[in-house]
Amino acid sequence: MTSARFAAATRYPRFEQPSALAFILWVSALAFIVWSLSTTGLSFDRLARGIPAMGGILERMFPPDLDRLDRILASLLVTFQMAVGGCVLGLILSFPLAILAADGISPNSIVRVAARGLIALFRTVPDLVWALFFVIAVGLGPAAGVLAIMVDTIGYAGRFFAEAMEETDKGPREALAAIGASRLGTIMSAVVPNAMPNFIATSLFCVEKATRASVVLGLVGAGGIGIELKVAFDLFDYATAATIILVIFMLVIIVEQVGSTLRRQII
Amino acid sequence: MLVIDGVSRRFDTKTAVANVSLRVERGQFVGIIGRSGAGKSTLLRMINRLVEPTSGQIMFDGIEVTKLRGSDLRAWRARSAMIFQQFNLVPRLDVLTNILLGRIGRHGTLPSLFMRFTDAERAMAVEALDRLDLMAAAFQRAETLSGGQQQRVAIARALMQEPSIVLADEPIASLDPRNAEHVMSSLKAINGENGITILCSLHTLEAARRYCDRIVGMANGKVVFEGTPADLTQAAVHEIYQGEEREGDVSDDVAAPAGWLAPRPEVASAPA
Ligand SMILES: Nc1ncnc2c1ncn2[C@@H]1O[C@H](COP(=O)(O)OP(=O)(O)OP(=O)(O)O)[C@@H](O)[C@H]1O
Ligand SMILES: [Mg+2]
Repeated sequence: MTSARFAAATRYPRFEQPSALAFILWVSALAFIVWSLSTTGLSFDRLARGIPAMGGILERMFPPDLDRLDRILASLLVTFQMAVGGCVLGLILSFPLAILAADGISPNSIVRVAARGLIALFRTVPDLVWALFFVIAVGLGPAAGVLAIMVDTIGYAGRFFAEAMEETDKGPREALAAIGASRLGTIMSAVVPNAMPNFIATSLFCVEKATRASVVLGLVGAGGIGIELKVAFDLFDYATAATIILVIFMLVIIVEQVGSTLRRQII
Repeated sequence: MLVIDGVSRRFDTKTAVANVSLRVERGQFVGIIGRSGAGKSTLLRMINRLVEPTSGQIMFDGIEVTKLRGSDLRAWRARSAMIFQQFNLVPRLDVLTNILLGRIGRHGTLPSLFMRFTDAERAMAVEALDRLDLMAAAFQRAETLSGGQQQRVAIARALMQEPSIVLADEPIASLDPRNAEHVMSSLKAINGENGITILCSLHTLEAARRYCDRIVGMANGKVVFEGTPADLTQAAVHEIYQGEEREGDVSDDVAAPAGWLAPRPEVASAPA
């Protein structure tokens, strides 16, 4: 460091005196954190009693019970199918919705705001809430799970597809418009090819996300392996629960690995 | 024949083009020169209706271009090809596909969605590739080409439009002299061999003098000069550039300076 820069650094110390307002904000934030921890009831006392109990559960999980492995794997397959089905439907629907939501591509601003609002609604409501909603609407089972994942995927992919299209260079779009291409022709020939690497990365990520989400949807009756896990815990059958957790772990890892390999190859 | 009649365009308070009237005969090569901000791009873009005139009328062979809507407007755009300073190819598509996209204005919406082209169009594209000396790059992605090659792809794409007129907005402003010459002679060849009218804005007087049948000089949105290259006297140049002309620009043809097609300084120094 040159002496001039050193002098400058000492003249303006990194930690300046906090203003009164900043001080009050910090203290309030700290108070809120302490209050939150106390109302949620996590105390050293409970933690101290909980740790041996956790140890007990883990102990009873081993060795994992493989008796019902065939049923568990069948259920895992349904879970993955739910994830893939919901995800593909979601991606297909995301595309037109993203076109309507993208700035500079959407046909008009009212449509754009509406499409954005719908995507935001799909994204901000958590997937388990959607699952509860669809269980009531279409009944227990994987159909509700597929719909929940579809909606969750639209919330995510709709937004990122729209952003990818907005980011594409305006020049080629203008050139095709100047050739006399229709609005849709311009989108398909100039916007989509340029956004394609983004589309692929987002889609692969959605499959991973959907796989993780599909695992828990069964907890609220929306099909898949979640229900098996709940039953095993309810019956204190921790050895079977361990098997279920392990196969879920393997599925998610495999999907993530394949996803990242594909991403690297395609882009 | 292109007739521009009292056309103006205002942006908020700024008048980019002020009451311009011009007649361009079929098959002419017309250069438009003027300082930055003189209104050259705005004028060219109004002919293709990428920019809407605030007032005035543009006619082409009896069609009132300024009145066209919907599919009629698209049909006009298909006939009036545009060449841009920044080429504006689709970077991730290969050269052949980019050239075929010149046909997109002649297709209905559905075929254009899937970039489907007929065999006749493919044959045409191969001919255009050959004519612009791009055969070796046919299957390369457009983004991998040099600027000069990209501009020739853009010209091939324009040829695919089978245009009645080509509107070129500073086609050589981003190119080095050798590529600039290649691009300008390609335009000149299209003009001569196919009889296509060309309207081309240029940033150097030398290029305008060398390639154009007629030169239009603009300043502050108005046409301040119209005539042959021979008519373009030092006084006329002075009026067009309002005393801002560079040394090289005003020297006469006999003493043409080296680097007569030099890229615009601000463009050449900008990062790609
Ligand atoms: N979309 C726009 N919004 C506002 N002002 C604009 C717009 N387009 C052009 N202008 C203004 O209109 C005037 C003419 O611009 P134009 O681009 O036609 O000039 P030009 O002769 O092509 O200049 P250059 O040589 O720099 O390309 C300029 O003052 C410019 O700032
Ligand atoms: Mg311009």
